[in-house]
Amino acid sequence: MTESLPAGLDRPGALERLQAMLRIRQFEERCAELYQAGKIRGFLHLCNGEEAIAAGVMRALTAQDAVVSTYREHGHALARGVPMDALMAELYGKASGTCRGRGGSMHIFDVARRFYGGNAIVGGGLPLAVGLALAEKVRGGSGLAACLFGEGAIAEGEFHESLNLAALWRLPALFLCENNLYAMGTALARSESQTDLTAKAAVYRLPAVSVDGMDVLAVEAATRTAVARVREGGGPCFLEFRTYRLRAHSMFDAQLYRDQAEVEAWRERGPIITFTTRCKRAGLITEEDYQQQLAAADAEVDGAVRSAEAAPWEAVEDLERFVYAEGSP
Amino acid sequence: MSAAVVPGTGRMTYREAVREALRQALRSDPHVFLMGEDVGAYGGCFAVSKGLLAEFGEERVRDTPLSESAFVGAGIGAALGGVKPIVEIMTGNFSLLALDQIVNNAATLCHMSGGQCPVPVVIRLATGAGRQLAAQHSHSFEGWYAHVPGVRIVVPATIDDARGMLGAALACPDPVLIFEPISLYNLEGELTAQADACDLDHAAVRRAGSDVTLIAHGASLYRALEAAGTLAERNVSAEVIDLRTLRPLDDATILASVRRTHRALIVDEGWRSGGIAAEIAMRIVEQGFYELDAPIGRVCTAEVPMPYPRHLEEAALPSATRIVAAVMSQLGR
Repeated sequence: MTESLPAGLDRPGALERLQAMLRIRQFEERCAELYQAGKIRGFLHLCNGEEAIAAGVMRALTAQDAVVSTYREHGHALARGVPMDALMAELYGKASGTCRGRGGSMHIFDVARRFYGGNAIVGGGLPLAVGLALAEKVRGGSGLAACLFGEGAIAEGEFHESLNLAALWRLPALFLCENNLYAMGTALARSESQTDLTAKAAVYRLPAVSVDGMDVLAVEAATRTAVARVREGGGPCFLEFRTYRLRAHSMFDAQLYRDQAEVEAWRERGPIITFTTRCKRAGLITEEDYQQQLAAADAEVDGAVRSAEAAPWEAVEDLERFVYAEGSP
Repeated sequence: MSAAVVPGTGRMTYREAVREALRQALRSDPHVFLMGEDVGAYGGCFAVSKGLLAEFGEERVRDTPLSESAFVGAGIGAALGGVKPIVEIMTGNFSLLALDQIVNNAATLCHMSGGQCPVPVVIRLATGAGRQLAAQHSHSFEGWYAHVPGVRIVVPATIDDARGMLGAALACPDPVLIFEPISLYNLEGELTAQADACDLDHAAVRRAGSDVTLIAHGASLYRALEAAGTLAERNVSAEVIDLRTLRPLDDATILASVRRTHRALIVDEGWRSGGIAAEIAMRIVEQGFYELDAPIGRVCTAEVPMPYPRHLEEAALPSATRIVAAVMSQLGR
């Protein structure tokens, strides 16, 4: 991990990044409790340990860009600006949720923020991102499509088909791989003949760079570089963020496939603790700042829970709404 | 039928009618584009898009790699992004390589997002047998897709529908799958002004009759019409319904006919077990059981992967002969 901080990082900048990560961490810690309490059901996938990617990537994108994500997307959604109240309500399955409760944890959509899910078919979001990038090209827009996916998706044909198509047509697409080393419980080396993911992406003749995904500043810097290239018409880019999932895959995971020592070693490298330590050493923030940020995040989560608890359920009479577009013949 | 009521009318093949529809769509909206395998330089596997690359260029007529999942998914994503893709899949069998994108994304995103993400993509697929293309190019999956809520399934069987349904599909905010029967591409007929008034919701009575209702779609429409002609020679008056759309199914037109004829026979190029014919029959039972004077009949494709040789392919498919025999049996003759 880089000990030094970029010269341009000031106190407000440090606080913003810390806040972005702490909001995700505290939101999801509460989600785990709410799951145990039976308030949230279905599958719940938490990104504990991976917050730097969400926080760093979203800072490098603009409102005109489209984002496609996976079933582990709470962090991406929060960092993108999806309101925490609507996100929590969606996890509750309430009518005030982002998708009126119809999607749940794995399917967060917020079109106003160009956040296109929440795709729970591994690899299934990549072709959608290619299409969103193609739409930008057809419309002559200056936006791009950023697609987040895990390293498990690289075993899917859709990864290869999508990178090929995006590179062939020089589409404004950004392929962002969160490599947390385990596809559910299958270690990378147990599922891939080639474990160098950038080598796999590079065969499609696009820039492919590996980045420390535990470092919010490195994530942001690498994404900004890639975004600039894509916007200049250079075609798609691939970034691998090397990271680690500190919690279980979902709430039904006994974690038989990895040693606790490995988890603890990665915990030392956690994105929030390392960033906080660096900023404290550089004199940018104090322990008091950290505690204030933590309290602010908790207060926001408290509000989101209260709002979700109070929200109504979607009327059963509306069960069949939205199967087809409203106003469709 | 009158000739040349609107520009482009007159005698033409089904293939030319689809091509004219594509040409009009590409001309009328710069955000419309066609993409698929061999739609450009090759002119389309069945020569439907021949000439369009030269007329509209590579940005509007896009040859794709053999990546059904990626280019169908890209069509869905492009539709989300506000443009108007027409995706061609070479055959219905190949669409199975894109089943994830069609079923898990196109059909679900609108509902799953609480109405935020309608998917106005148009997907064209060649369907059905009759050209001795064997078991990986000949199957009819339109009934299968009609099982899935969230998509619209249409099967143009006439020149007017071949010409008109594409425009209606592009105007529709939902994903529309247009199944074009391979065996109809060389069909010739008159294009009429009716093509412009095409919808995606209604069945059409193609021949009026009073003794039995034959319900068909796609290439089977012509088998049913041929059978109706033969039945007329035997003093049996058969009404023939062209379903046009399998989802939504036009129950009203079907039931109105059955209430007149009191007998129904469904002709479907899909397999019988679990097929669309069973669904139609059950709807008739649910809504018109007491109108029936005979058990509902079905003439479907034999339950085999489509064989290659002509005589076996013909034996597998519904035929006018089998339809006539089934109707005579319903009539107790």
